[in-house]
Amino acid sequence: MATSTKSTAYVRTEMLGEQTPPGTSTGIVAWIRANLLYPWYNAILTLLAIVIIVLLVPPFIEFVFINGVWTAEGREQCTTIAQGGVQPDGWVGGCWAYVGAYMGQFIYGRYPSADLWRVNLVFAMFAIGLIPLLMPSVPYKRENIAFLLIIFPVAAFILLTGGHFEYSGFLLPDFIMEPSAAKFWVDYIILTAIIVGIGVAIARGTDSNPRPIVRGILIAMGGLALVFIVCAVNFGLEEVPTDRWGGLLVTLVIAVTGIVASLPIGIVLALGRRSKMPIVRLISVIFIEFWRGVPLITVLFMSSVMLPLFLPEGVTFDKLLRALIGVAMFSAAYMAEVIRGGLQAIPKGQYEGAMALGLGYSQMMRMIILPQALKLVIPGIVNTFIGLFKDTTLVLIIGLFDFLGMIQSSFTDPTWATPLQSMTAYIFAAAVYFCFCFSMSRYSAFMERRLDTGHR
Amino acid sequence: MALQGVSHDVSQPKVAIFNDPKIRGWVYQTVLLVAIVYFAFVGIQNMFANLAAQNIASGFGFLGRTAGFAISQTFIDYSQAESTYGQVYLVGLINTLAVAVTGIFLATILGFIIGVARLSPNFVLRGVATVYVEVFRNIPLLLHIFIWYFGVLRLLPHPRESADLGFLGLLNNRGWFAPLPITDDLFFLTSIAFVIGLVATFIISNWSRKRQMATGQQFPVFQTGLALIIGFPLLVFIVTGLPLTFDMPVAGGFRPSGGFTIIPEFIALLLALTSYTAAFIAEIVRAGILAINKGQTEAAHALGLRNGPTLRLVIIPQAMRVIIPPLTSQYLNLTKNSSLAVAIAYPDLVSVFGGTALNQTGQAVEILLMTMLTYLGISLLTSAFMNWYNARMALVER
Amino acid sequence: MKKQILSTIVGTAVLGLTAGYASATTLEDVKAKGSLQCGVSQGLPGFSNPDDSGNWSGLDVDFCRAVAAAIFGDATKVDFTPLSAKERFTALQSGEVDVLSRNTTWTMTRDTTLGLNFSVVNYYDGQGFMIRKDMNINSALQLSGASICTNTGTTTELNVADYFRANDMEYELVAFEKADEVVAAYDAGRCDVYTTDASGLYAQRLKLTDPNAHVVLPEIISKEPLGPVVRQGDDEWLNIIKWTHFAMLNAEELGVTSENVDSMKESANPAIKRLLGTEGEFGAPIGIPNDWAYNIIKEVGNYGETFDRNVGPDTPLAISRGVNALWTNGGLQYGPPIR
Repeated sequence: MATSTKSTAYVRTEMLGEQTPPGTSTGIVAWIRANLLYPWYNAILTLLAIVIIVLLVPPFIEFVFINGVWTAEGREQCTTIAQGGVQPDGWVGGCWAYVGAYMGQFIYGRYPSADLWRVNLVFAMFAIGLIPLLMPSVPYKRENIAFLLIIFPVAAFILLTGGHFEYSGFLLPDFIMEPSAAKFWVDYIILTAIIVGIGVAIARGTDSNPRPIVRGILIAMGGLALVFIVCAVNFGLEEVPTDRWGGLLVTLVIAVTGIVASLPIGIVLALGRRSKMPIVRLISVIFIEFWRGVPLITVLFMSSVMLPLFLPEGVTFDKLLRALIGVAMFSAAYMAEVIRGGLQAIPKGQYEGAMALGLGYSQMMRMIILPQALKLVIPGIVNTFIGLFKDTTLVLIIGLFDFLGMIQSSFTDPTWATPLQSMTAYIFAAAVYFCFCFSMSRYSAFMERRLDTGHR
Repeated sequence: MALQGVSHDVSQPKVAIFNDPKIRGWVYQTVLLVAIVYFAFVGIQNMFANLAAQNIASGFGFLGRTAGFAISQTFIDYSQAESTYGQVYLVGLINTLAVAVTGIFLATILGFIIGVARLSPNFVLRGVATVYVEVFRNIPLLLHIFIWYFGVLRLLPHPRESADLGFLGLLNNRGWFAPLPITDDLFFLTSIAFVIGLVATFIISNWSRKRQMATGQQFPVFQTGLALIIGFPLLVFIVTGLPLTFDMPVAGGFRPSGGFTIIPEFIALLLALTSYTAAFIAEIVRAGILAINKGQTEAAHALGLRNGPTLRLVIIPQAMRVIIPPLTSQYLNLTKNSSLAVAIAYPDLVSVFGGTALNQTGQAVEILLMTMLTYLGISLLTSAFMNWYNARMALVER
Repeated sequence: MKKQILSTIVGTAVLGLTAGYASATTLEDVKAKGSLQCGVSQGLPGFSNPDDSGNWSGLDVDFCRAVAAAIFGDATKVDFTPLSAKERFTALQSGEVDVLSRNTTWTMTRDTTLGLNFSVVNYYDGQGFMIRKDMNINSALQLSGASICTNTGTTTELNVADYFRANDMEYELVAFEKADEVVAAYDAGRCDVYTTDASGLYAQRLKLTDPNAHVVLPEIISKEPLGPVVRQGDDEWLNIIKWTHFAMLNAEELGVTSENVDSMKESANPAIKRLLGTEGEFGAPIGIPNDWAYNIIKEVGNYGETFDRNVGPDTPLAISRGVNALWTNGGLQYGPPIR
């Protein structure tokens, strides 16, 4: 039967020529029919979607572009005649001139105008450190991270606050030595000696060579001392107290500090939660679940109203620092869960292989598990960061002036007060937050795709 | 730790005590515990010293004291003249739960619709759904709340020019004044009929499931159930002579009188929470549906199921297993996010108890602790319930 | 710049943003810091309000400047911390600010149970109501059933409860965390009535879309003596605060203004001589320079000048002196003599 050459009357011998498909199943008509109109409920849904678009998009475009006011001196150009302005009745539009006039405050808050270059320098350094880091193809990742996590924070801290700190010591009681910079360094040397002593004791107890431990401690303490020295140097920068900071600056300071501080704490908590030591595990679980179970706003209230009560009398924390502590604790708990997900995704063989090589716990984690786990959870970390970035708006409730807070406080200026002022400002704020968050979420999706390839 | 499995007849080398992982573990834990206890002790000691220095009372005695301020939305009896701070706490908690539960309900519906729409072959619908998700989840919730409250509130009319929604009551910038149903004596019969309908539907659906398992015959449970739950009570309702009247709100004075009021803060917060959370739920639903093998859809189609039943009977039940865990955390997020009410004066737990009551009494520690533990309790309860539900829904593998 | 770091935790020392003071008095601390830290409102025109370049102005702000002038001879040596109604007392108690000059009402509870001391009254106020003109209401007694917007964490919330209960009227209270939100909600029409201190009503009215469409009702339902607050247990500091205000009152009474203060130094009037430090030693006992009052008047002005400049009839607030006039003009402001 495979090859039959016998001709049969009812079998066609030659192929028919190709015919064009019926007009209703090709081209734009068919596409519209298949995608938009068939079956019947699809047509209704299409109609519904188009109605939504028509209801929302033209008024939006009219508000933003057609009726938008781009140059104005004050409220007159942004109000109708009935409201005391020059626009015709029924005019509804955005007053972008007002946003432009306030742009400086929205970005820098009330930072002294003569010192704005310091903020700009910090922004620039951040961009220089961050952009190459985000591009997987750029080399020198290790140096890049070192710049971003060590040099940048110190430089940004000095630039933003003004540096030139004075130390008064922290260890010895006052009656032994008067508080002064010298006492601080005496204290610091004593503290270093104590830590070295503990290290040596541990090394003795474990019959291992104390030399590497002591060297590690000395390098760490030396590095820290360097930071202290740099912070004490008078660079001739004017001091800018944190209540002058505001706008996007504060938003970024809180978000970036929050994420940078929450990473190490989150790693420790995640490891603690997966630890075999019951007390460590219990404490980690309680810590994580507590912060994850309460709203951020109560955490911020706690840091602004309750935290001062827990400090010894006379010790006060800067308001911004208090909020930072609250935000860092809160995001650390979420970060811990993200990292735990990464740790769980590492195959057991990796742990077993590391142990078979004779690596201790810290070596195993540092060299085998964490590098893989952290790489896996980069999208999760970015998502946590997006959440944190949006959550920074909550600090306006405790009276810090972040980007949204600054926008709200600009409503009190009678020069620009119009009925549509708040709408204008909120649309602007929404656009700014959208740009930040959307680009971050695109980046996270990009990393997800990139990291995904090896695993399926 | 890795050595624990090694058999002990191997001659053990001399090991320093500190190198025994078990002992070392306990040393670490003890140090950690001591450190935590020390810091807690120092903190609490400072707190008492500070409270004593500032003459601030401590303890929970304030819960029995009269609060003396008014609250704009109360579901339980509350009077500013007599009610205590304890009642303020209850009012706040109930208000929080009211907005959270309504929000969860609406966000779930909206989220599922948008999540399914994002996968629709209809590109206009898909486009609208995608834009919705991207716009709404990338804007901070607080901004949503402000836009709804300060932006939309301005558009509502003054009470004197209330928008008349007909049977739905009146809408103005004091809120939505909805008709209040008032039941007559005979209304209880309708309620009983409703309960009977509910029970009967439950029994019938169990019976029909068993019959379908045994014989393959289907029974129109949905239609029967509808008739029993809605039709039967309606019949009773009509037969007993319509024992229900509505107290319609009447415009006048500062605000319409009669009916019941849904305050604008509630509406704004609910809209913001719903629209924001729905964007996240939509993504969860989409991911859940995408996680189901395409073969399932194809097999269902091959069996002759149309799109609707495929989705309802094949895809969603399987997708639910993927959806439920992240859905739970969205529910918890919504509940916690409802605390942003404080920014627009919706009288939730944080606003009236953690805000006003804290200001009046100055007892920050007690009040914040109570507030935080309440949220923690809600979170843990919800997680526990959803874990139980998840365990029931989980795939039973042979 | 000087920052004292006295922290037991090295980590906080690293952050360096902590500021501590040991057992030093507030004055020593302020002198060591080189500036006065003053708690003000988050924006109340006429009392403490930042402009678009972040410069603060207002009656409460001028008071802080006067204290700085008394201590340093330089009214610019003051930093302002904007505080919400809720956090203001905590901020003062914890030492975050040295003086709280934030239109704070003096009540017995606050004075006796918060570990704080009220010093003087630099503005006598009372709580009032603002309402739209087109509501055609001219007495607070017609407000039964109204929605009322106010701030949480203030005495106004309780006053309004008392007032409506006493007059057997219904009301709906909408209480916001921040003053700006109250104004925004009232402006958006959420409430019929906005209640706060009468001075606050005049100030916040400026922020409304159409200030002229609103009126302040004549009823004043409470006593609201507003003044600067300090921590308890530092009498020297309390004295500086008190006498800064009294010096400004005495200057007005004696006709000494920021313009004529230099020529007044030559005055033969012994009261003026004592005030301006050309006779007697009045600064030393409270640890400040002898020409403290001269500096206050030179740099900030007398009480009448600051009043007129910030809230007086020629400002947008247009508040008349009323009970805040000097006692010689039938008001309540009375400065004890400097001798």
